[in-house]
Amino acid sequence: MLIKSHNKHDCTESEVTDYSIYVKRRQFIEASARSLGLAAIAPSLLLSACSDAATENAAKGISNSDQPRDELTPYEDVTSYNNFYEFGLDKSDPAKLAKNFKVKPWSVRVEGAVEKPGVYDLEDLLKGLPQEERIYRLRCVEAWSMVIPWNGFALADLIKKLKPTSAAKYVQFETLYDPQQMPGQKGRALDWPYVEGLRLDEATHPLAFMATGLYGKELPGQNGAPLRLVVPWKYGFKSIKSIVAIRFTEKQPATSWNIANPGEYGFYANVNPKVSHPRWTQRKERRIGEFLKRPTLPFNGYGDQVASLYQGMDLKRYF
Amino acid sequence: MPAFFIKQIKPICFFLCCLPLVYLAVLFATDQLGANPIERITRFSGDWALRMILITLVATPLQRGLGAVWPFRIRRMIGLFSFFYVSLHLSSYVVLDQFFDWREIFDDLIKRPFIMAGMAAFVLLIPLAVTSTKKMMRRLGKRWKQLHRMIYLIAALGVLHYFLLIKAGWAEPAIYLLVYLVLMLLRVPVIARRVR
Ligand code: HEM
Repeated sequence: MLIKSHNKHDCTESEVTDYSIYVKRRQFIEASARSLGLAAIAPSLLLSACSDAATENAAKGISNSDQPRDELTPYEDVTSYNNFYEFGLDKSDPAKLAKNFKVKPWSVRVEGAVEKPGVYDLEDLLKGLPQEERIYRLRCVEAWSMVIPWNGFALADLIKKLKPTSAAKYVQFETLYDPQQMPGQKGRALDWPYVEGLRLDEATHPLAFMATGLYGKELPGQNGAPLRLVVPWKYGFKSIKSIVAIRFTEKQPATSWNIANPGEYGFYANVNPKVSHPRWTQRKERRIGEFLKRPTLPFNGYGDQVASLYQGMDLKRYF
Repeated sequence: MPAFFIKQIKPICFFLCCLPLVYLAVLFATDQLGANPIERITRFSGDWALRMILITLVATPLQRGLGAVWPFRIRRMIGLFSFFYVSLHLSSYVVLDQFFDWREIFDDLIKRPFIMAGMAAFVLLIPLAVTSTKKMMRRLGKRWKQLHRMIYLIAALGVLHYFLLIKAGWAEPAIYLLVYLVLMLLRVPVIARRVR
């Protein structure tokens, strides 16, 4: 299931094809929102019931009874259980150590095979990009998962604005390097700064998202403020946080976990229950807040929309 | 050492060894285990299993260094607590984490080096726990000591298990390794004589 919300101009409620599905969606969203005291943002979530292919599949996903339901992971959990090694190795570290993380002013360096390189002030970078809310599953490579309502914009829109040249085949992102603010960078757990990358067609896929907020609030430091990537069909470590550089490249760029351990983390890192991590299975995952594990879906359940990106590729080899 | 301490060493030790469990129970009761309580319990019990095993290894150098017998009077108790925390750790994995999914558990056992090392350590601990009574000690005589030297191997497997399961940032298991190496060095006759 994917609940995807377009910006309000894109769709109207009348576009919804199947009323019963819509009602189910609405009940689901209302229930989740209510239980989380989300009354304030519920109306905008409801507007998300528009009918493009993705949403229809999503809605079908909900009514499909043999797949366990997706419910929003509480804000509290989303913001207290984080893998963000820049702020410490323990998952409770980032929430403590990122409290005073300074995100203003924030600039992003755009470089490489692109027509509009330069150092952008974050506000300038985001100017004119349509804001959206999207509810995505997040599947960590460590076999746990969450459902998070993000606020932000489609990565494709940003890329369109920056105009990569025809030489650009990949895009690389880089996290802030600032050991003063990010004490985890004083240790050598990974090669700092953290870098991640996507193939350009992955990056411009409509599901690829850049988040500046969650639950209708500003992105907290521990979740990657002020700007982070969200690629819902890939393991969480691809969704790089606190981005300070975007680089368009011709060759496949380096990615941090792949550098750290190429046998365990590939460039693609698509969620795939058939390819185990050498140290644990990926067949199942624990949804935060649930006791029993649930089966992990190929591409984290977004296969309908993204599998075509990998046609003809051996996903066991390109893990 | 104050006389009271030495006299009451066993109940004091018992009380101290229970503290991690009590702390875990308090975290549970007050809903402070965080977003992923199962992971927290597994890791917490794993940490204390390894710490207890290493504390067991302190008894001999301490007894030598202080020239006192009291460390020996609590050695078996700490050893049994080690077994208790390892059992808790294993139960947490089998019951909470995998919920008796034997297929997954079996798969882990044959495929994941870190599980193999942990399991080997657990299995080797069983004969030590079984023979930890005074009666067994007497019955086995010299062989008891030989058998219980296996704790050196078990501790090494525990540290190895930790190294194998970590994704990045080897600082924590490295600390345990260091402690282990120091405790083993203190047993080398030349060094042991000097410490005495
Ligand atoms: C003497 C035996 C063992 C010792 C000393 C031990 C110790 C540890 C330690 C120190 C940790 C890391 C905790 C942390 O990250 O803070 C750990 C984690 C873990 N151990 Fe063990 N362990 C033992 C046996 C086992 C056995 C028999 C199993 C299962 C068959 C097991 C499964 C695990 C699992 C699943 C984790 C968690 C990994 C993770 O959360 O990423 N261990 N153990």
